[in-house]
Amino acid sequence: MNLDERLQNVTIIGAAGKMGSGIAVLVAQEMSKLKLKQENKGKIYRLNLVDITEEALDGLRSYLRVQLVKAAEKSTVLLRQIYADRKDLIENGEIINAFVDDTYALLNFTTDYNIAKDSHLVFEAIFENEEIKIKVLKSLKEICLPDALFLTNTSSIPISFLDEKAGLGGRIVGYHFYNPPVIQKLVEIIYADNTTEELKEIGLEFGKRLRKKLVPAADISGFIGNGHFSRDGLYALNKVEELKDEYGYHGALYIMNKVSQDFLVRPMGIFQLIDYVGLDVFQSLLRVMKTHLKLEHLNSDLLNKFMDKKIAGGQNPNGSQKDGFIKYEKNRPAGVYNIEEGKYRMFDEDWRAGIDKKLNPTNEKFAPWRALLMDGKKMEKLGTHFNNLKGMNTYGSELALDFLKTTKDIGENLVKDGVANSEKEVNEVLMNGFFWLYGPIHNFI
Amino acid sequence: MTYFRKKIYATAGFNTVALGTGRKEFHPKKPRPGIEHYIKEAGMGSINQIQNPENIDEGVIGNFMAARFCNQGNLGGFFPMVHPTFQYKPCIRVEGACDSGGLALVTAIKTILADMADVVMCIGVEVQNSVKAIYGADYLAGAGWFSGERKEGHAYFFPDQFSQRAGACYEKFGNEKMRAGMAQWYVNAIENARKNPDAQEYHNKNSDLLATGMTSPNPKAFCEHINVFDCSKVSDGGSALIFASEEGLKKIGVELKDAVEMISFAQVQDNLTTPPPDLTKLSTCAVAAKRAYDRAEIKPSDLSVLDVHDCFTIAGLLAVEAAGVAGYGEGADFVIDGNTKSYGIIPTNTTGGLVGYGHPTGASGVRQAVDVVKQLSGKAGDCQVKISPDKPFGMMSSMGGNDITVVAMVFSISSA
Repeated sequence: MNLDERLQNVTIIGAAGKMGSGIAVLVAQEMSKLKLKQENKGKIYRLNLVDITEEALDGLRSYLRVQLVKAAEKSTVLLRQIYADRKDLIENGEIINAFVDDTYALLNFTTDYNIAKDSHLVFEAIFENEEIKIKVLKSLKEICLPDALFLTNTSSIPISFLDEKAGLGGRIVGYHFYNPPVIQKLVEIIYADNTTEELKEIGLEFGKRLRKKLVPAADISGFIGNGHFSRDGLYALNKVEELKDEYGYHGALYIMNKVSQDFLVRPMGIFQLIDYVGLDVFQSLLRVMKTHLKLEHLNSDLLNKFMDKKIAGGQNPNGSQKDGFIKYEKNRPAGVYNIEEGKYRMFDEDWRAGIDKKLNPTNEKFAPWRALLMDGKKMEKLGTHFNNLKGMNTYGSELALDFLKTTKDIGENLVKDGVANSEKEVNEVLMNGFFWLYGPIHNFI
Repeated sequence: MTYFRKKIYATAGFNTVALGTGRKEFHPKKPRPGIEHYIKEAGMGSINQIQNPENIDEGVIGNFMAARFCNQGNLGGFFPMVHPTFQYKPCIRVEGACDSGGLALVTAIKTILADMADVVMCIGVEVQNSVKAIYGADYLAGAGWFSGERKEGHAYFFPDQFSQRAGACYEKFGNEKMRAGMAQWYVNAIENARKNPDAQEYHNKNSDLLATGMTSPNPKAFCEHINVFDCSKVSDGGSALIFASEEGLKKIGVELKDAVEMISFAQVQDNLTTPPPDLTKLSTCAVAAKRAYDRAEIKPSDLSVLDVHDCFTIAGLLAVEAAGVAGYGEGADFVIDGNTKSYGIIPTNTTGGLVGYGHPTGASGVRQAVDVVKQLSGKAGDCQVKISPDKPFGMMSSMGGNDITVVAMVFSISSA
């Protein structure tokens, strides 16, 4: 059965989640384009979107409509060709609406995952929890057609482990989208020991159709992206424990966040990133990796304390950032949490200026990430920037260079441990999945 | 200078900022001024330069698609909002796609020539950022023949029309040369816009404009032969200019030295339902320019400044050929050699043009006239070019649709 045939009936489990909803937008468009082909007239296409609650499905309905309109607006050049024989559709606006309506018509929204019984392709995008994932995959195995193929969006659980526990006999592949899937180009593809050749091909072909950058990662917990992110975040958390005596927990969090963003020229500071991903997600990531890799040090007491206080970051349904390590006002950092005091310390300009001065006494101006993003000479400029850091000998530059060295070691170890085939893949994942300007494996130091 | 039965002067030109992507104050998701704001700002910007606004006789407003972009018709009704002088006076809106502004100019002039008025204010206006570009493309496609062309046309209808012209030129004159000429047109437009605080590209800080101009086209997302930098801007903006007879100038208290004489114009119409006779030429623009020169009894080489309708960089290259300053097929080389730069043989689009200043469609014709008038009266600020006494002439040429509706107009430093 080829990909076109499999795309006639697809199910997404966990479709209303952050990742599932994005995957739904992508799959729906591909199915719709197939459905609209002349040779497929009369065939029935169905995309089943399954999640736990009706409320979640309502949210998914509106999200999908908005995203499908956006997607259609971006591909109107192609859509005009697809609808060339529809004499009644003349303007772009009419064609965009027609595509959204036609795509919507192939969607089933339901809380009952028995609907997956006729699906040839099943995407699993539920919460990153081993037991639940295994339970769901096991049930799906019973419900679905015997040749149904499963693509799991796990970001850390080894695929062979899931395959074995759910008894899928190699009908599963790791297909790790990055958040948000509609925008992020990167997909890590992970084969289990027994992943069938057919599924490998389907995975590759589908990635191509979605115009994603597929990077293969070995089936080792955390894979490349989270293999790096988890250790990068853990380093910063541990560093906070070191710095807290002098600056308090809030000061130490502020320092590491600032150093990672401004000195290392990243799109956001490390703690802002963990807040964005969710402290719960990050904690579960460390747990999964700790278990599968048998590495006790993949744990942060500080993170656990935040979770005990139910401070978990992540996003509100409207997309705004929830508070985590950092407090947000209008999606911008406005304070930082002190775990000992059990409250956020709102930014006080004098306090901030004091720490900034300690980090960067001569007030050197660094080009921010955004300014270099589209700069054709960004690598050259980054080289100069890191060279300057080496000559600065300030508190901030030393912290930054240690951090830079650590991220490089993490990257190199991913290659050494066989998680990534090469340095290039590590860099591709961090640059495409995390929007870094440079890969962690570089010659800056 | 005997073509007209009396002298006509232009004065008190004013352009608003062209707002849209590129301007620092522009944010697509934040509320922005509406069409009435631009009409008022442009109108008052002009009125503030004269002594006696009560003596303005009429108002003409050029606008292309407010009915769709802003759900607004009946634009003449905004004149009394601009200033009470217009209350109960004749006001009219004219439309000729992107040449609506040009038609506003000629409508005002004809009224004065017909002895129906001594002073007429022209306003041109368009607000286009009210919808995303993909829907704006639908509205702008109204400049083509809807029932005959739109269905078969491209998502970005007009960019594609000019992409086809670029393709035809690549084939005839060589891809490399044309591409380089188009990129150089873009460079000149941005360089000039950086001297014009009202220009949409005024804040452009790109350090390698030529490389940007040379960006390869992406037919999957846009057009086959042009890139997005080859396009004029999607802009909100307004312009105003006052035309007056000699008597009229006195009535509004403007001295001759603050006015420029409009010595000839040509308004030329082609058939909307027939394809262009030759994609490598702007034939209608060429007819308009020739007539304007003949009526003014001057030659292209007599011009000190030129403002053409560069809705796309390829249109810019073809327009300098149509204006007769470069020969057929020589526009690209002419531009590459620097002849149209502010210090060149014929400074062209000195304030940025449609690519650099921006293209609030219905306003552009008026904006072009305002800028030529400012140049000839030495009021062009940082954009000022040298106007030599033996070449006291400037010309603007504005175009609606794919070379369908054209106005060319020649101005002269006032001789009286």
